[in-house]
Amino acid sequence: MAKVVRDTYLIFLRYLRPTLRNRMVLVFGAVQPLVYLVLFGPLLTEVFGGARSWRVFVPGILVQLVLFGAGFAGFALIADLRSGVAERLRVTPVSRVALLLGRVLRDALLLAVQASMLVAAGLLLGLRAPVAGVLVGLALVTALAVAIASLSYVLAMSTGREDAFAPLLSTVTLPLMLLSGILLPMDLAPGWLEAVSWANPFRYVVDATRAAFAGDYATATVGRGAAVTVALVVVSVALGTRRFRAENA
Amino acid sequence: MIEARGLGRTFTTRQGPVEAVRGVDLDVDAGEIVGFLGPNGAGKTTTLRMLTTLLAPTAGNATVAGCDLRADPAGVRRGIGYVAQGGGTDPALPIGEELELQARLYGVGPVAERTAELCARLDLEGLERRPVASLSGGQRRRLDIALGLAHRPRLLFLDEPTTGLDPHSRGDLWDHIRRMRAEDGTTVFLTTHYLEEADALCDRILIMDRGRIVAEGTPAELKRRVAGDVVTVELADAARDAGRACAALAGLAAVREARADGDGLRLRVDNGDRELMGLMRALDGAGVELASLRLARPTLDDVFLTVTGRSLREAA
Repeated sequence: MAKVVRDTYLIFLRYLRPTLRNRMVLVFGAVQPLVYLVLFGPLLTEVFGGARSWRVFVPGILVQLVLFGAGFAGFALIADLRSGVAERLRVTPVSRVALLLGRVLRDALLLAVQASMLVAAGLLLGLRAPVAGVLVGLALVTALAVAIASLSYVLAMSTGREDAFAPLLSTVTLPLMLLSGILLPMDLAPGWLEAVSWANPFRYVVDATRAAFAGDYATATVGRGAAVTVALVVVSVALGTRRFRAENA
Repeated sequence: MIEARGLGRTFTTRQGPVEAVRGVDLDVDAGEIVGFLGPNGAGKTTTLRMLTTLLAPTAGNATVAGCDLRADPAGVRRGIGYVAQGGGTDPALPIGEELELQARLYGVGPVAERTAELCARLDLEGLERRPVASLSGGQRRRLDIALGLAHRPRLLFLDEPTTGLDPHSRGDLWDHIRRMRAEDGTTVFLTTHYLEEADALCDRILIMDRGRIVAEGTPAELKRRVAGDVVTVELADAARDAGRACAALAGLAAVREARADGDGLRLRVDNGDRELMGLMRALDGAGVELASLRLARPTLDDVFLTVTGRSLREAA
C-alpha cells in the first residue's frame, strides 16, 4: 500500500512537472470554456436575469471543461504508447495502479486550477454565489474529472491510435454534453428529451453543482449528484485499474 | 540467468492464429553476452517481450534473473533492465528528470548520486538539463541504456541496440556494452539483425528464424559449421598447372573440395588458417607455380544460409 502511494506520487510528479514548466498549457485548456463564458453567457442574462443566469451557466461550463479537458487526457497516453515511455515504465516494478492514479490525479489537479480560474472569470462577469457552494461545486467537478480521465485512458488504451480515439471521443462526448443541460437547464426541454437526459449521469452532476452555487446544499439534488459522482469515480477507476493491470500481461 | 523451456506465443488475428514464437528453449549464464540473430519478423522481439514480462507467453515458461516469469513477474522486473528498440523517453522532458524518476521507481538511492554516476558512465555529463529531443541519435541511445541500468540490474535486455546509428556511434555503443560486462559482470541479452554486431559483440549467438531457434554457438563455432574456409589459389599458369594442382591437393585430409575456377583453384578447407602452409608445400612439391593465395572465413550470413537455406539479407 505504501508502495502504491509512493509510486502514485512519483508518476503524478512526472506528469505535473512539464505543466509547471509550461503554464500556458493551463491557460489554453481553459480558453474554450472562457470564450463560452464571455461570448455566450451574457445572452442568458437577458433570458434569466443577471445573478441567477450566472449561477446556472458557470456550473454548466465547469462540467463542460471536465468533458473536454479530462476527456482528452487519453491523447497523452497514446503519445506515451508511441514513444515507448508506457512500456519503459511497465518494465520497472512500479505499481500498475500508480501508473493510472498518478496521471489521473495530475489531470484532476489541472482541472481544479482551471475550474477555479473560470469561477474567478465568472465573478468578474457578475456571478454571485456563496463561497461554500462554490467549493462544493469545485469538489464535485474535480471528482468528476477523476472519473472522466480514467475512462479516457481506458478508451485510449483500447484504441491505441489517435485516429481511432479522436472520432470515438467526439461521438461519446457530444451527446453527453447536450443531454446534461450544460448550456441551458434541461427543465426547458420537451418531455421526451428531458426523460432521456435522466439516463445521463452528467445531468445529475450539473444539477447538483447548480444547486450548490444557488446555496441549496441540503437538498436531494446535491445528494444525488454527489452519489452519482462517487459511483462514476468508483466504476471508472476500477475499469482503469483492470485495464492497466491487464496490459502488463 | 535465463532458463526458458518451450516458450511460445501465438497471436490471434483475423486471418487466424499466428505462431510468432514456437517452443523456444534457451539458457543464458551469468556474465554472458548472448545475441539473438535473425531477420525482422523472426520472433526475436516477441521472445524478448515475453522474457521481460511485457507479453504473456501462451506456452512454456522461463526463469529470468532467478524469478519465475509467470508466478513472480514483479521479481523479474526488479532484476532486469530493458531497453526497447525505439527507446522509451519523452522528447520534451529533460534527461535528468527521466533518470531521476527511473532511479526512484526502482528505489535506488541516493538518487542524485546515481544519476550523476549514470551520466558519467554513458558520456552524458552536462546534458542533464537538456530535453531529450535535443540529443543526437547516439546520445539518445546511451540515455536509453542509462535508464535500463538505473538499478544496476544483473541482466540487461537490449532490443536492436544500434539500429539507425551511424558506424561511429555503433562502435562506441559496443564499447559501452563490453565495459558493462567487464566492470559490473552484467549479463547482456540482445537482439540484432546485423551480422557484424552479433560477431563483434556476442560470446554466443542464437540464430532465430520463423519463430524457432535454428542454430546456436559461439560465432567461431557457428562458422565452423559451414563446411570449411574458402581458399582461393591463383596460379601463374592455370592452363598448364591446374590439373596437377588439383590432384596434389585432393590428397590432403583437410581439403574437402578442390576445383578449377578461372585463373586458379577454389578450395573448401577445414581450419584454413592452419592448413595454409600444408597447401603451399603440397603445391610446391607438385612443381606448381603460385601467383597468390587467399583465405576467406565464412561469415554468419553463410551460416544462416547453411541453416535455413536462405540468405539473411534476403530473409530480411
